[in-house]
Amino acid sequence: MEKIINNVVCTVCGCCCDDLEVKIKDGKIVEVKNACAVSLSKFQNYNGKERIVKPLIKENGEFKECDLKEAIEKASKILAEAKYPLIYGLSLTSTEAIGKAVELAEALGGVIDNTTSVCHGPSLIGVHDIGSVTCTLGEVKNRADLIIYWASNPVFSHPRHLARYTVFSKGKFRKERRERKLVVVDVRKTATAKLADMFIQVAPNQDYELLSALRMAVKGEEIYLNEVAGVPTSKIEELADLMISCEFGILFFGLGLTMSLGKSRNIDAALSLVRDLNERTKFLIMPMRGHYNVTGANEVIAWQTGYPFAVDFSQGYPRYNPGETTTIELLTRGECDAALIVGSDPAAHFPVSAVKHLMKIPVITIDPHKNATTLISTVVIPTAITGIEAGGTVYRMDGVPLECKKLVEPPLGLKSDEEIITEILVNVKKLKE
Amino acid sequence: MSEILIKNGFVFDPLNNINGEKMDIFIKDGKIVDKVSSKAKVIDASNMVVMPGGVDIHSHIAGSKVNAGRILRPEDHVKDFEVKTKVTRSGVGYSVPSTFTTGYRYAKMGYTTVFEPATPPLKTRHTHEELRDIPIIDKGCFPLLGNNWFIMEYLKENKLEECAAYVSWLLNAIKGYAIKIVNPGGTEAWGWGKGISHLDEEVPYFNVTPKEIVRWLCKINNILNLPHPIHVHTNNLGKPGNYVTTIETMDAVKDLSKDGKVSIHVTHVQFNGFAGTSWLNLASGAPEIANYINKNTHVEIDIGQVTFSDTTTMTADGPFQYILYLLSREKWVNADVEAETGAGVVPFRYKKSNYVNAIQWGIGLELALLIKDPWKIHMTTDHPNGGPFTHYPKVIAWLMSRKAREKTLNKINKNAKRRLDLPGIDREYTLYEIAIITRAATAKSLGLKNKGHLGVGADADVAIYNLNYKSLDPSKDYKLIKKAFKQTAYTIKDGEIVAKNGEIVSSSKGKIYWVNSKVAEDIQKSMLNNLKMKFEEYYTVKMENYIINESYLHNSFMLNVQSEV
Amino acid sequence: MKVKLITGRTLQQGASKEAGKLSEEYFNNVAICELDPSDMEALNISPGQNIIVKTKFGEVVLKAVKSAQAPHKGIVFIPYGPWANLIMDPETHGSGMPSFKGIEAEVFPAKKEDKILTLKEVLEKISGGK
Repeated sequence: MEKIINNVVCTVCGCCCDDLEVKIKDGKIVEVKNACAVSLSKFQNYNGKERIVKPLIKENGEFKECDLKEAIEKASKILAEAKYPLIYGLSLTSTEAIGKAVELAEALGGVIDNTTSVCHGPSLIGVHDIGSVTCTLGEVKNRADLIIYWASNPVFSHPRHLARYTVFSKGKFRKERRERKLVVVDVRKTATAKLADMFIQVAPNQDYELLSALRMAVKGEEIYLNEVAGVPTSKIEELADLMISCEFGILFFGLGLTMSLGKSRNIDAALSLVRDLNERTKFLIMPMRGHYNVTGANEVIAWQTGYPFAVDFSQGYPRYNPGETTTIELLTRGECDAALIVGSDPAAHFPVSAVKHLMKIPVITIDPHKNATTLISTVVIPTAITGIEAGGTVYRMDGVPLECKKLVEPPLGLKSDEEIITEILVNVKKLKE
Repeated sequence: MSEILIKNGFVFDPLNNINGEKMDIFIKDGKIVDKVSSKAKVIDASNMVVMPGGVDIHSHIAGSKVNAGRILRPEDHVKDFEVKTKVTRSGVGYSVPSTFTTGYRYAKMGYTTVFEPATPPLKTRHTHEELRDIPIIDKGCFPLLGNNWFIMEYLKENKLEECAAYVSWLLNAIKGYAIKIVNPGGTEAWGWGKGISHLDEEVPYFNVTPKEIVRWLCKINNILNLPHPIHVHTNNLGKPGNYVTTIETMDAVKDLSKDGKVSIHVTHVQFNGFAGTSWLNLASGAPEIANYINKNTHVEIDIGQVTFSDTTTMTADGPFQYILYLLSREKWVNADVEAETGAGVVPFRYKKSNYVNAIQWGIGLELALLIKDPWKIHMTTDHPNGGPFTHYPKVIAWLMSRKAREKTLNKINKNAKRRLDLPGIDREYTLYEIAIITRAATAKSLGLKNKGHLGVGADADVAIYNLNYKSLDPSKDYKLIKKAFKQTAYTIKDGEIVAKNGEIVSSSKGKIYWVNSKVAEDIQKSMLNNLKMKFEEYYTVKMENYIINESYLHNSFMLNVQSEV
Repeated sequence: MKVKLITGRTLQQGASKEAGKLSEEYFNNVAICELDPSDMEALNISPGQNIIVKTKFGEVVLKAVKSAQAPHKGIVFIPYGPWANLIMDPETHGSGMPSFKGIEAEVFPAKKEDKILTLKEVLEKISGGK
């Protein structure tokens, strides 16, 4: 029996393309149309040999299969007995599941954080200070005649971004490529830079200086140096002119700004530049959010607690202080004594000093696949994959919410993230009574 | 389900003409009934005031711009937090409270129904996710249509019926309740960084005018028989002299009043009631506006009162928010939404010593006091734009007591005091009139037949206030008024006691109201056929994914409305 | 040779991540270091040869790959992943974000006996041989 499901929302990157066509035969996905290379890889490989089908509990250094009830009980016990547990990950699941995780963190008196803290956390910190002049992606598609990617390489990280939303898209007011200009600013001539009308190579760790120089040029002030951040002043002035004279410009920025020297201050500078540009023309900014629901995680955590990530409940109410309540610090200072990792692989992506502590404490991982973190976990609970085997709400990088569908049944016995977190929550509440 | 007997309270139920009569209220199975058994739980409301639960017609509590406000302002939350209890989730205030805290705080004040007045259709799924997480109160949301590309194009092509079918489809698709219009045409011009300052000025590229947009949507509202009139945030908000625009807008739909019914609800009129030509000579345009409203029956307003605090402005009026940023140099969030609308958020502090803020404070109160018929007025602070909703008791005190007003008048900027008419206004609202502007008139305006009153069949949403009506002199005892309205003795929602003396004792979900508008099938079909291609061209999502299923709302209340076509 | 180190995404790293962190595809696409061709020449290394990238936090053996995104003399690129993290700067400057980009590093050819660690071996190294 064959059927085609249209308008499927892809659950990989922040583009959340919602035009995928999935062909299903005998309950299995056999073909996907409109998906990019990374998305295709997910659809082709999600049920590979790295898929976990039975819950695991580590005893004496060896993993032993068990049933879900046992795994949940053990996980609940570990979390309930911990003094300061951490819930981390959450960018690769639905807002419904994340909302339950917030409730769990509150019941535990622990911390809830998501991958934002090692991704666009600095961007949000910048927003706290400056604000943000932004829009939805359709505004870019319809109106933008100047598109800048700064420290972002969408051809690799968000493969369909250019075709769906920017230079190669077709909008009401911009129908052809030649009606738009593409500028790329990066430390290397990336694949995206190769497509640009103008490429600016900035010296590593000097984006702040370059952004500041641009702000000066935009405000009509003279730059006294011949070169800033490795870029000739004439080039800086050329870019400033381009920005001032466009009708509708947009600055997309990536992790090159959040991760290099200056961190949130780089974002500060970018947000301020765009804000200043609005005195001359229409200009907006948007962070290139990486995972398909990292934005959603910030949204739901914020509406439930007031803060977008790194929320501490140890005093019985939400507290927020990046640098104190963010995951990296909690781990490198050895402050949390148990961790629930949902849909993330910190052991593969965190600095050594953080991973070292993660290896010392009991870790429960909820994930469909084996990865570095499952290897060091005490309890591993497999789940149905959001967007393929379970539905749920996700938020695109520009804040547009979409509902992803359940396309096929999960392998037998696998529940969704939302269901599993809810069961842990129920157990924990009983234990804490 | 349980029965409750509220005994011996002084009941204020304007929709049923009950004005402080001592009587019993009977509740059974979540509804007001005419008698209960002896098993009923008895609440002794002796020496207390009993009113229907409050109905807030305009308060920004949920959705993308509200959340942008939360994220923008961690400093707003730090000092105002709620620790979790056995019954309640933790949360934070102050001007942009988290969702759980929003529901609890409204319930503690005796409010049981609140409407989010501005949701961008494309992002309304977000609004519903937040509404779902607001406990206890019933709620709904108004989709923003005043800068919608499809509507402007239908207008240009004069396709009224097809446009009505589109609006009907859109309300159903995103589960909205009423037609909201914000800065018609202006927010679209802001899509290019431009503005509109005149009702007859053409919107770039679309070449229709704000006046045409307002009239068009008013006609469509009539065709669709929607329960609430068009809800309008007029052009030129925040500009000295804008009261002229406000009156012009009201007048523009005078002839469209159907069967003598209200054809326009103008919102937070304080912000649109400025006289004068600059910030230096800003004055109140309330007398002129009140004069117009007193002479006409097709208009109603809500006031948008300023309460002098640190708060957060947030509207779909992108260009206005930019101007506010330029004036205040505060942090600024802007969020334009493709093919539909925009939004802006700017923190703001209203100071008594500031001439402009003081005039603004005066305008809101003057509007309420100079408009004779309280059924035409709704009390709001346009939360959080004029002040947080937790400040409503202050507003009630100012309206009920000249002394309370005088106390504040003596603290505000002296030039402003001289400039305002307010010091010379004696009028004091009665409790009956307060009940009108905070629940009876609002429920009536929204077409919520089972809310805002305590007649048999009404939802058992009741607020019992610790106010000894008979021994009270509200004019003198305004502090008691404030205290009483800050927290009820009891708040009852759907026949369950949810709050007692400022404490939430039981939580519940609350319903989400939406309008299921019905038009003729063939008209709907042909509209959709024509819409599909343009939809794909203008939006970046598929039509199927734009639609929100009713099951999404968890506790949905569908209001069926049959249209004329 | 002293260089500046940046880490980030690549199409292959993303695609192979979906194939599984423990897979060979992931290993081949992530345990690598992209160098500018002129830097490779100066170091006398050929593509596919093992090199060592060293920072003050640690050192790691990786396969040298000629960058397709040159020129970027003096900058080397390692895809996100466990190998990059062995030498990452954990310093967040109180922001929650470690320094994943723009770190001072040294690159030189590996000795014959230096082997690239598997993911499991990386974890063992971190845990101190557990």
